[in-house]
Amino acid sequence: MPEISYRQALKEAMIEEIERDENVVIIGEEVAQYNGAYKVTEGLLEKFGPKRIVDAPISEAGFIGMGIGASMLGVRPVMELMFWSFAYVAWDQMINNAANVRYMSGGKINVPIVIRGPANGGTGVGATHSHTPENFIANTPGLKVVCPSTPYDAKGLLKTAIRDNDPVYVMESTLLYNHVGEVPEEGYVIPMGKADVKREGSDISLIAHGPSVIVCLEAADILKSEHGIEAEVVDLRSIRPLDEQTIIDSVKKTNRAVLVEENKPFCGVDAQIAYTIQNQAFDYLDAPIQRISALDAPAIYSPPLEKRQLPKADTVVKKALDIL
Amino acid sequence: MSQSKSTKKSSRQKPEKADLGKEAKLPANAELTNEQAISFYRDMVRIRRFEERSLRAYQQGRIAGFLHLYIGQESIAVGCVSLMEENDHIITAYRDHGHALAVGMSMDECMAELYGKETGCSKGKGGSMHYFDPSKRYWGGHGIVGGQTPLGAGLAYGLKYQNKKGCALCFLGDGAINQGAFHESLNLAALWDLPVVYIIENNGYSMGTSQERSSVHPEGGLAARADGYNMNWANINGESLFSIREGVKKAMDLAREESKPSLLEIHTYRYQGHSIADANHKKYRTKEEIDDYRKNHDPVVLYRNYLLDSGLLSDESVKEIDLAAKAEAEESAKFAESSPFPPEADIVKDVYWEEDNPDQKLSEGRIFFND
Repeated sequence: MPEISYRQALKEAMIEEIERDENVVIIGEEVAQYNGAYKVTEGLLEKFGPKRIVDAPISEAGFIGMGIGASMLGVRPVMELMFWSFAYVAWDQMINNAANVRYMSGGKINVPIVIRGPANGGTGVGATHSHTPENFIANTPGLKVVCPSTPYDAKGLLKTAIRDNDPVYVMESTLLYNHVGEVPEEGYVIPMGKADVKREGSDISLIAHGPSVIVCLEAADILKSEHGIEAEVVDLRSIRPLDEQTIIDSVKKTNRAVLVEENKPFCGVDAQIAYTIQNQAFDYLDAPIQRISALDAPAIYSPPLEKRQLPKADTVVKKALDIL
Repeated sequence: MSQSKSTKKSSRQKPEKADLGKEAKLPANAELTNEQAISFYRDMVRIRRFEERSLRAYQQGRIAGFLHLYIGQESIAVGCVSLMEENDHIITAYRDHGHALAVGMSMDECMAELYGKETGCSKGKGGSMHYFDPSKRYWGGHGIVGGQTPLGAGLAYGLKYQNKKGCALCFLGDGAINQGAFHESLNLAALWDLPVVYIIENNGYSMGTSQERSSVHPEGGLAARADGYNMNWANINGESLFSIREGVKKAMDLAREESKPSLLEIHTYRYQGHSIADANHKKYRTKEEIDDYRKNHDPVVLYRNYLLDSGLLSDESVKEIDLAAKAEAEESAKFAESSPFPPEADIVKDVYWEEDNPDQKLSEGRIFFND
């Protein structure tokens, strides 16, 4: 099976969906002529032309709201946020319009948009560029949100997101764009609401989403090589809808869980995961659920401290050992 | 701090006095049949009587939340909608009952929606500010001031993308013109030649704050800001249905034929407060001002007088139209009263297209999280 980068996987997903459905249009800042701020859309303008690949001026509320309006007529915009941190400029459109229009019309309308882009810190870009708002999205009925951590997941989930008739927000990561992984040449999709066990183990469950999955896989290696512990790494992949079954099955097997996220703690995604585990697998827990979130402050600039602010394999290992 | 030029008080543009007899001969109106001319009057009266009946229902505790009445502005919805063709779309803010009735939604479903009943146009889930009817190309009904303006650009973008010759009418109030999203929309519309006609229904007040205290603008008025976007703009006298038709048609033709946007300002007035909850509305404006509009500038009265003067209506038929409108409104209140509320299970329906279409659902997992 060929190995391609996460970036290439996203691009292939868009190419396949643009070819499949004439309503799909890519809109964003620098996506066309500049070939994408992070090169995710490189070459697409040349391949498909300016009707399908559209450079937007810097006006997130405007172009995202415009995309939402167009989607009510059946256009399927796939809109890029250069950073998910810029979403707040368009927040009213993304939350009050995209999420609510179906409900407020009594089901007469749907909004088949995708908004995608990198949601991550760890790159020295500071507090206003390092947001991971999947938790805010997940708190909003009417919206769906996915966080792929591998090229395979990225391609499959983005294709599904584009075909979905509800608003789907896709959280990528600039730190994952260069990661390579196996991706089949034949077409495939990954349904939303399905987690993925990235590593099997029976001693402890490490549950995460996005780049924190990579951190957990590193931690699992350390736990095995230095402590003889077999950790199971569960990648949520899809936050809303959420695969509770896979999470519960894992905890029932291992009896211990460490949740790892780049969100800040209060109302981060893992607050919901922790509630779910204790609610549905209470009798299976042999220890309190442990949790690592980003340290509770705006994203710091100073590079070595920024690394410490985010989940690291050594802190995951320590938390795991605390309850084993 | 010195008073800069930009803070100089600018007064609301006073439009020229309407002359419906003359305006009836303008190109947009010259071909109208008598039936059409009378139907416009009937539609304006129906809107007014519906609004009055809903006001009563609100005072009787049948309606919760906000009620933003369109009384005084009826000529705009009726005039603009009368120009819509098969590929034209319409969207507005929360003062949306007039537009809803003008596109042909029924009083029954509109009143039932106010009562929060299952038979409402949004199954009771939207309320006064959220009337929608895609079958009539009417896309709401929106609560956040200015929030609908990017959507309006989007409707135009969609038409253009789908190679349809049509335009999007996007209404907003004078209170919305300072919202950032509106400026972003104007830029996009002008930059990309989107066939959208933005229509400012300027009733002089953003809630309780007058235009003078809210907005700076060039000599030409609020719409003159369009010069900053190289966009076509115009002022229109809202007290004349025929002036509205003439002015708006020009902009709609520009959008349909050349895919160019416009920003129009239609001067109008509302007799009630910003919403029914606005108890101060007689404090932020004078009784004289309100009475002056009622007596001398009411678009429904002026149009009625034109129809009477030209013999298209008699006093008898005026009365008939009025009684019929009142009866229709009363019936809708009865319909709303006797309709059931939605069942509790409906609270989590109409949230996701997939959940409402389970035979086509592809997602797995859990999407609603109450235990």
